[in-house]
Amino acid sequence: MKLPPTSSQTVGPFFHLGVAFLTREHLEARGITGEIVTIRGRVLDGDGKPLPDALLEIWQADAAGQYTAERSDWADGNSSPRFQGFGRAETDQDGVFSFTTVKPGSVAFPDGSMQAPHIVVTVFSRGLLKPLWTRLYFPDEPGNAADPILKLVPAERRATLIARRSGEGAGNLGENTLEWNVVMQGDGETVFFDY
Amino acid sequence: MEKIAMGRVGGYGRVIPETQPSYLYPPYAATTRRAPKQPLIVVPHTLSEITGPVFGHSDIGESDNDLTRQHSGEPIGERIIVSGRVLDEDGRAVPGALVEIWQTNAAGRYRHRVDQHDAPLDPNFTGCGRMLTDSEGRYRFVSIKPGEYPWQNHPNAWRPAHIHFSLFGAGLLSRLVTQMYFPGDPLLPFDPIFNSVPDEKARTRLISIFDWENTIPQHALGYRFDIVLRGREGTPVEQSR
Repeated sequence: MKLPPTSSQTVGPFFHLGVAFLTREHLEARGITGEIVTIRGRVLDGDGKPLPDALLEIWQADAAGQYTAERSDWADGNSSPRFQGFGRAETDQDGVFSFTTVKPGSVAFPDGSMQAPHIVVTVFSRGLLKPLWTRLYFPDEPGNAADPILKLVPAERRATLIARRSGEGAGNLGENTLEWNVVMQGDGETVFFDY
Repeated sequence: MEKIAMGRVGGYGRVIPETQPSYLYPPYAATTRRAPKQPLIVVPHTLSEITGPVFGHSDIGESDNDLTRQHSGEPIGERIIVSGRVLDEDGRAVPGALVEIWQTNAAGRYRHRVDQHDAPLDPNFTGCGRMLTDSEGRYRFVSIKPGEYPWQNHPNAWRPAHIHFSLFGAGLLSRLVTQMYFPGDPLLPFDPIFNSVPDEKARTRLISIFDWENTIPQHALGYRFDIVLRGREGTPVEQSR
């Protein structure tokens, strides 16, 4: 007999109290191989207003396309640097978040084809009774065209899932900084997934 | 490149809609500008969603599950023991699940810069805790009973007493954030967040059960709150690459 899963409820505006201990905006660490990249953006509501109370969780494979949880060496006491793959970032008063990580490798799809490098992003906030699930893809990535998940997204909305190289006005952002916004509603609404 | 076969992991079952709130629920005003308007895109579950972070005891402090012992003195309020089991949809224990909680103090005030409620802070109470479930999926927190508090959602709006829960299960799709309520709270019928869950039985499962068994005589009342996380479908899928 199946038990129904417990109902979701909002994180509310005060989640920092409980979850800040696990805030990890820097996933890169000395000894971890891969291209280091910073992703920066804002979370916006249906009026285009920034959310000062959003929480983003990211989950990704390492540079070789492996998830920590599928690695055989994760529990063997090996002290060599191990990429954690999990990050948690809060938005500030201007709705801005940022995290620095290594660019993930390609990950297999159940049919044996490959998914383009991507990061799974889960968004929580006051006013969200359950999280929003989305994905961040990388610009100029040849695998994007064949990515089996992107192919399920209407072509005109795919751009909402692909980060952009920092353009003019990016100020002191480094060349390995990408910009990617989460638009919860309205013009340019980010594609969200139903799993 | 050496690859580890996915082995006996299949996708997750789809969510039973009535047991979960919709993104848009106008009685909870903040949903109206934050709920997506475009339809969600239904996608298959891949390695990216059926894996998830693994937390260890190094992430957790010794007394992180006792919210009454995080300061030099005892917090004011009614001591409570909140315990339960974390199970998957097949009733199997979820061991090693990270459970995070946060709550108000006994006066209904969060120790948070955004909380402007005119109620006293308690210097001996922070209101957050965390632990990993044991091999049988059990967790146990010692705390004080949180207070009700007013909010701005509608005229004379009050939140029932609740404790926020955040859980990481075996994979990303097991992720759950919810709120635990207390039996007999007169504010429950008026709370749009609680009532956003369409199915009455599912809603009722968010209310903890008074727990004689875990009540400590002369010390603290027990409340039981069992949690069910999404689990993988019964038929394993063998993966070869």
